[in-house]
Amino acid sequence: MIATLSRKKKNRLPQVLEHASGDKRFKILEVHIKKHQFKQDALIEVLHKAQELFGYLEDDLLLFIAYRLKLPTSRVYGVATFYHFFTLKPKGRHTCVVCMGTACYVKGADKVLAAVENKAGIKAGETTPDGELSLLTARCIGTCGIAPAVVYDGTVTPRQTPETALEHVKGWIKHGH
Amino acid sequence: MAAKTLTIDGKHVSVDESATILDAAVDAGIYIPTLCHLDGVYDVGACRLCLVEVAGSSKLLPACTTKVSEGMEIQTDTERLRQYRRITLEQLFAERNHVCSVCVANGHCELQTLAYRQGMDHVRYDYRFPQWEVDSTHSLFGLDHNRCILCTRCVRVCWHIEGAGTLNVSGRGAQARIITDLNQPWGTSDTCTKCGKCVMACPTGALFYKGATVGEMERDRTKLEFIVTAREKKQWIAD
Amino acid sequence: MDIEDLVEIAEKERASRKKHVIRCCLAAGCMASDSKGVKEALDKAVQEAGLQDQVEVRGVGCMKLCCQGPLVQVDTHESGATVQVGDDNQGPLYLKVTPESAPSLIATLTGGQTSLQRGNPKAPFFTEQAPIVLANSGIVDPERIESYIAAEGYQALHDVLREMTPKEVVDTMIASGLRGRGGAGYPTGLKWATVAKTPSQQKYIICNGDEGDPGAFMDRSVLESDPHCVLEGMAIAAYAVGANQGFIYVRAEYPLAISRLQTAIKQAKKLGLLGSGIFESPFTFNIDLRIGAGAFVCGEETALMASVEGLRGSPRPRPPFPAESGLWSWPTLINNVETFANVAPIMRKGAEWFASIGTEKCKGTKVFALAGKITNTGLIEVPMGTPLRKIVEVLGGGAPDGGRIKAVQTGGPSGGCIAAEELDTPVDYDSLAKLGSIMGSGGMIVMDEATQMVDVARFFMEFCMDESCGKCVPCRTGTVQMHSLLKKILAREATARDLQKLEELCDMVRHTSLCGLGQTAPNPILSTLRFFRNEYTALLKDDVHNGRNKNHPAPEPAPAPAAGPATGS
Repeated sequence: MIATLSRKKKNRLPQVLEHASGDKRFKILEVHIKKHQFKQDALIEVLHKAQELFGYLEDDLLLFIAYRLKLPTSRVYGVATFYHFFTLKPKGRHTCVVCMGTACYVKGADKVLAAVENKAGIKAGETTPDGELSLLTARCIGTCGIAPAVVYDGTVTPRQTPETALEHVKGWIKHGH
Repeated sequence: MAAKTLTIDGKHVSVDESATILDAAVDAGIYIPTLCHLDGVYDVGACRLCLVEVAGSSKLLPACTTKVSEGMEIQTDTERLRQYRRITLEQLFAERNHVCSVCVANGHCELQTLAYRQGMDHVRYDYRFPQWEVDSTHSLFGLDHNRCILCTRCVRVCWHIEGAGTLNVSGRGAQARIITDLNQPWGTSDTCTKCGKCVMACPTGALFYKGATVGEMERDRTKLEFIVTAREKKQWIAD
Repeated sequence: MDIEDLVEIAEKERASRKKHVIRCCLAAGCMASDSKGVKEALDKAVQEAGLQDQVEVRGVGCMKLCCQGPLVQVDTHESGATVQVGDDNQGPLYLKVTPESAPSLIATLTGGQTSLQRGNPKAPFFTEQAPIVLANSGIVDPERIESYIAAEGYQALHDVLREMTPKEVVDTMIASGLRGRGGAGYPTGLKWATVAKTPSQQKYIICNGDEGDPGAFMDRSVLESDPHCVLEGMAIAAYAVGANQGFIYVRAEYPLAISRLQTAIKQAKKLGLLGSGIFESPFTFNIDLRIGAGAFVCGEETALMASVEGLRGSPRPRPPFPAESGLWSWPTLINNVETFANVAPIMRKGAEWFASIGTEKCKGTKVFALAGKITNTGLIEVPMGTPLRKIVEVLGGGAPDGGRIKAVQTGGPSGGCIAAEELDTPVDYDSLAKLGSIMGSGGMIVMDEATQMVDVARFFMEFCMDESCGKCVPCRTGTVQMHSLLKKILAREATARDLQKLEELCDMVRHTSLCGLGQTAPNPILSTLRFFRNEYTALLKDDVHNGRNKNHPAPEPAPAPAAGPATGS
């Protein structure tokens, strides 16, 4: 991707648009924006779609969305950073989301998290330097009946312990400590 | 225009029905402390310093956004309110790095003035000492996040009056901060018109004219007021 | 679409009922234990046994006993028999079903044996429940509108549109005594009346499905198990207040609920139950789905509306209330998922029926999500006023492994902890408020002796700190300070003075914050202080500086008068 913000100011937007014209994903995004009739209140929907397509929201993408919805770029950035679901940094190839809801917490989710943090050598919210694993926490995924729950690559897995969790992420950590 | 009558601190006041409690108090010469309120732009009720007690309401109501109603009985300066205001100010001082002695706005700072006025002489809570940067990339102005209290006055004037939308808030909670465009250095902003309204609006020393040193940063808020009200008052027309 | 068409669909659906209906739970809790694999295996086993004509494997919503999932229940009736709603739920219930055991389960239908663990459908966990909202949950197929129609679905909407005036609908709601299930318990009928009375050319309906409380999953279950019930409730509400556009705001963390809602809306539109001219009346109503993006504060109604408008989810001061000035400043009715799910049953069975359930001030039932250190975790629906002890000990089966229950946390981060001594409290809005907690949306986390209450308070404060939107000062900075004071207490570095500061701060944040998040953020601290103050004081260290903190140490004792050079002596 082009590092937009390091470019000269004047040419920034044309460059992004030119770049976008050659990328299929931008076309899909544009169709989606059109579906919402370029309505500014669809910003969050558009951001969802953009993140689904690109994996994360980079500067070019935010600039593109701001231009298409005719919104100030600062507004788009403000909204994207307000909601924890949106990420502005690339995620790892694998994700491990530890639910830290109350039910999971009283049943020992903190220990599960600590074990994975320790093993991967990263803190919650970070990605391993080799880009293999992103370790995240969730504020309750609503499956409290099977606490503590961990989501490995989108699959909710019930009743985790530090041991079962390490077993799961073992293959994703290359240079574990 | 229908008028409403109410009492503020025992004083009978009569104001237009569209007025807020704050308008009514200003009319009547009664002081209510404010920080995020700025004449001319819409109110957000964020600083919680203008909270007042209204008879019959269990909740404290912000004077800046609450409309008056007939027969309201308002207390603006009870011991309880004074204590809440002091704690709120302590919280603000502890949140970021407010060091008056080296601040450009020393002596002209609304936060400092309020602290004097509310008798907040020391902060009992632990200072957070966060690490914030200073953005001095703009050719005319500087932005020091250490002194920002997130009143969003600058954001509002930038959007509401200037229509540029350069400034906004990013993040949330304690990580919230003022950004320009895509969180880029202010000097590289595409949209900034260098109008300086944000600097005029800032209550503390967070936004300042470059070159100002300790205690030199004075703002001319009448300019802002002029921009907002001149058309109504026909001040555009030369005599 | 007319009533004849509706009845025809229902008749057809009922007539096509096979002898055995194997209901397999496909809600998120059981899905996590591979219930989807179980359903596929069951389908395959039916094929292999050649029982397609006799057996229907039906994917259904939440079957409530989540801790034992995946759950499968078999109902057997003579084929072609008219089976009334509620007749199901009696057959053998299998727990922790695996795809491998599916053939043996099917074999039981033809006299075989299975080693699968059997649950008791007559256990108090099931029989003590009084389902209204969850009546269809675990019975109907949430992905087929016909299944809902066969359970008398959309009949209430027809009757309302064709036989009642909007005013009558509002009056029925007022008479039913239903109170908002989102937490505050504001009378629903009055809210509807306010919106209905406000003159405006445009009005909106919002269904608040931003269930952010950690430990609560009622709304998720309702949306996953019975989405049409919510749509019907919203349509009735829209007719009553005069709105023609609705939004359902769902958390992005609930992908299954989102996809089922999308399916449901599509199906309802196709049958003309949403859209223009519903049931050949002039009434038009559309529903759009809005997906949240991970912000707890968006459960607050004004923040939710900001989010629907595509802005940062910051709340704004009330008044003006959404009923007068809401979405894009138009009058807006905003209710919780569970509230809307109550509407159709009330219209179907009448306000008197609903008002006869519950207590004098709180009518109807409430869904709770039981979780934590308790034997039966899952979803329950009980009449208002049921004693907490009954919920925890009879339905929940008490603490597992003979442990002792120490406290029950209700209402999520805005609620409080109720000590075991107070378990005889009836559960309704007012009794819980008296104990310093709230009903909240209905999360109930049971804690045993191993739980340290100060740490629980810290956990919730960390949550509020992370979720504060940062708009108003007391919540933004107060939660940070309260959190650091709690950490200080837990590190045994705090003094009695710090505890006093904490209490002062709680009082201030509670009374000066802008929205419900800040106003209730101190509740976990206040309620644990109320019942477990000794746990706090036990962690305090002696006040060596005579009440002064580290930043202002007591002055050094005055140096002794100069004693000459002989100090060493």
